[in-house]
Amino acid sequence: MARLDAIDRTAHGPSDAEGAGANQLSRRAFLTTGLAAGGGLLLTLNVACSPSTGQPMSVGSKAGVELNPFISIAPDGIVTIVAKNPEIGQGIKTTLPMLIADELDADWSQVRTEQALLDPIYGEQFAGGSMATPLNWDPMRRVGAAGRQMLILAAAHTWEAPAAECETSQGKVHHRPSGRTLTYGALAAKAATLPAPDLDSVKLKDPKDYRIIGRFTGGVDSALVLDGTPLFGIDTVLPRMLYATFEKAPVFGSRVVSANIAAVKAMPGVRDAFIVHGPGPDAVFEMGLVDGVAIVADSWWQTQKALEKLRVVWDRDSAPGQSTVEFERQAAHLSRQKPQSVLRSDGNADEAFAHAHKVVEGAYAYPFLAHVDLEPQNCTAYCKRDGSIEIWAPTQNPAPGRALVAQALGVSESKVTVHMTRVGGGFGRRLKNDFMVEAAMISKLAGRPVKLLWNRRQDIQHDAYRPGGFHYFKAGLSAQGQLAAFSDHFVTFGQGSEVASSADLPTRHFPAGFVPNLLYAQSLIELGAPTGPLRNPGGNALAFAFESFIDEVALAAGRDPLDFRLELYGPSRLIPMPGRKGRPQPPLDTDRVRGVLELVAEKSGWRNRHELPRGTGMGLAFYYSHYGYFAEVVKASVAPDGTPKVHKVWAAGDVGRQIINPAGAYNQAQGAILDGLGAALHQAITIEGGRVVQENFNTFGLLRMREAPPVEVHFRITDNSPTGMGEPPLPPVLPALCSALYAATGKRIRKLPIDPKELRRA
Amino acid sequence: MAFTITVNGRQRTVHAEGDTPLLWVLRDEIGLKGTKFGCGMSFCGACTVHLDGVPTRSCITPVSRVGNASIVTIEGIGDSEVGKRVKAAWLTLDVMQCGYCQSGQVMTATALLSKNSKPTDQDIDEAMSGNLCRCATYTRIRAAIKQAAGLPTDDTREV
Repeated sequence: MARLDAIDRTAHGPSDAEGAGANQLSRRAFLTTGLAAGGGLLLTLNVACSPSTGQPMSVGSKAGVELNPFISIAPDGIVTIVAKNPEIGQGIKTTLPMLIADELDADWSQVRTEQALLDPIYGEQFAGGSMATPLNWDPMRRVGAAGRQMLILAAAHTWEAPAAECETSQGKVHHRPSGRTLTYGALAAKAATLPAPDLDSVKLKDPKDYRIIGRFTGGVDSALVLDGTPLFGIDTVLPRMLYATFEKAPVFGSRVVSANIAAVKAMPGVRDAFIVHGPGPDAVFEMGLVDGVAIVADSWWQTQKALEKLRVVWDRDSAPGQSTVEFERQAAHLSRQKPQSVLRSDGNADEAFAHAHKVVEGAYAYPFLAHVDLEPQNCTAYCKRDGSIEIWAPTQNPAPGRALVAQALGVSESKVTVHMTRVGGGFGRRLKNDFMVEAAMISKLAGRPVKLLWNRRQDIQHDAYRPGGFHYFKAGLSAQGQLAAFSDHFVTFGQGSEVASSADLPTRHFPAGFVPNLLYAQSLIELGAPTGPLRNPGGNALAFAFESFIDEVALAAGRDPLDFRLELYGPSRLIPMPGRKGRPQPPLDTDRVRGVLELVAEKSGWRNRHELPRGTGMGLAFYYSHYGYFAEVVKASVAPDGTPKVHKVWAAGDVGRQIINPAGAYNQAQGAILDGLGAALHQAITIEGGRVVQENFNTFGLLRMREAPPVEVHFRITDNSPTGMGEPPLPPVLPALCSALYAATGKRIRKLPIDPKELRRA
Repeated sequence: MAFTITVNGRQRTVHAEGDTPLLWVLRDEIGLKGTKFGCGMSFCGACTVHLDGVPTRSCITPVSRVGNASIVTIEGIGDSEVGKRVKAAWLTLDVMQCGYCQSGQVMTATALLSKNSKPTDQDIDEAMSGNLCRCATYTRIRAAIKQAAGLPTDDTREV
């Protein structure tokens, strides 16, 4: 298996000093972006107070005195660190406290972590975009360093010694000249009375002195999970709580006309049943409150038994044109028409194609996907008589959820308290908070605390889907085998003239900027189903299409796909990237591209692949996303019945100078890669008449143990600010697999999921 | 109806309709939340418990059919030597990501090692392929099973 605890330091330092400076995500920029949104990450001595009750929030179990909103220290030396972001399996409840604890110079065995409430005092609190590491790498370390500085000052005052003579280690302050030592526990009370230092001016450790950062560190709650401790949203229990199910329209956006409420209410255990009306059609695409029928009972099983009896009349039973087959027909039609819009035009692609030595064309398609978090969507809500609302939610994005609840129930946000539970899988699904507003509304109407839990069918059929898409590519090669022109007519989905969520093609997408003549054009198919981000939005689909076609083009040029890419990316340089969603983007560093491509080639034996037995092939792909550089090689063959067999995957990644927690980083890479294989092999959501067809894991598959190959992960350490691991490893594996199958069989996969029939030996 | 069932060595009397799946009895009547709901149709394995040592999908097992079987859940699996070793290996190798499937994984892995103390990779494939992990932590699940068995954790499969 891949090494769990070692990092390959195959490269050191940037190629030139200027590159290092320009390529770093500026600390100042991150502080600004990280701190501004939440109204300031201020190191104050004020306890964070609940807006609704005025009582201290989230600090009930925090023993000891508070040095700042993130750090409390008890007299016995136990350090409690608040983890501000939702834990969805990305390991952030471990990673962020590691950053604080290391700069605090705490003894990790004495550290306890505690999930924050949603509160502006902590700055931004969300799990998305692999942003937690880049946004918090600097601020969280400064929070820890500020705490350390206060403890040093407290010791210096106690000893009446200069602070400069004091040093720390593992939860203690030492005074070198006198040999005196005081524990953090003994100093905390005094430290808490000192003014909080300016975060910008605190001194950070030399990385060689890290004792926690970079160490293989197990998840802080893993032992509790294995003891069966209730941590997840679904485990929430409140006094007098009832259980709820909420049935929505099979055809997205349909309204309830009527329902057999009386018959449902007569079912055993049912306490209430009622129709809920959403605000209107837009809520479908915004994943807000939509029409449905709620059933509230003494047990969840009783809600499901009653659900079997429920009959709802919807205003629409079918949506004409809203079918996978029809989408494919429309895409084929649109591909022959002039594109509806031009996204980007460089040089003159048409002219270049006319003069090209060789023109390659390829039509690629990928399906809609559901997220299938293993913990089905759920939320526990308690609308109290005084108008306040308390929510326990497995959400990736609590702030918009609170706003949604406040708006739907007509209360101010200050009346809504959100507890972030552990989350049984996010993958982008829980960036939406439809389950939260449903639970709050049902609790309000039922007049009781309510746990809403979706069944698996409801979860699969009411998602914000990864949009399907169609790419009609064309590439023109020069006589020397160079890429002279490239075009994509992207047929994607939208509502009216607006591209659907996560269904866009970024104009900077490779190979744009690396080929003199390029045309990205687009046409839209009207879509009635909601879409949204799935782990590595855009990349999880675009990488398959673009990188597979690049493989085709390289082979058509008679080139090694590795060399072809290296040449396309060209010499070492920094390529500016446009900002996204108000956040500045670091430039693309072609040296880092080259670095991971060469590393994965070396580790996988890419250059010797001609020695593989007949019928076994290797494929290679690269993708830059979420600041991470990943190159992957897949080795695969095909069984006589066409079933692909993945022998092994090699990955080389560059996420900067520091792997914060190797335990999490390797796990994320391996998991993301296997996740991608599962999508390529098994997953498609199909729509018929506006309804999603799939209902459970028998028709929407995940990769299983027997299909999971060894995944060998290597990191290339470069002198760049550390970035996230949740998403960047995923995209390359899909095209690498498809190119490996081409190398093995000569058959090119241009449509996902992979259909074994297409690979069956003639 | 009242049913008396044996859970982690303790007799429990619960009140539920006979067709109520054992899963919901464990979670919401007895309050043992470690056994998880994933699909309700036996496809994912998140609800796996032991009935007389046999890994069983509690989401499709009506409480009326449990009878006198000895039920062991994740809350009780650490009481056995094998279960204790499996849990320890899971922590040492930091297997979990979101963790939602892992109680089911541990239950299935413990059942495997209880009848096959030195499983091959193929044995692991056969025993574990009914338990889905959405985070796809299969690499470490495989390694942790080997570690619990006292085997080298390397992946020795032919590649």
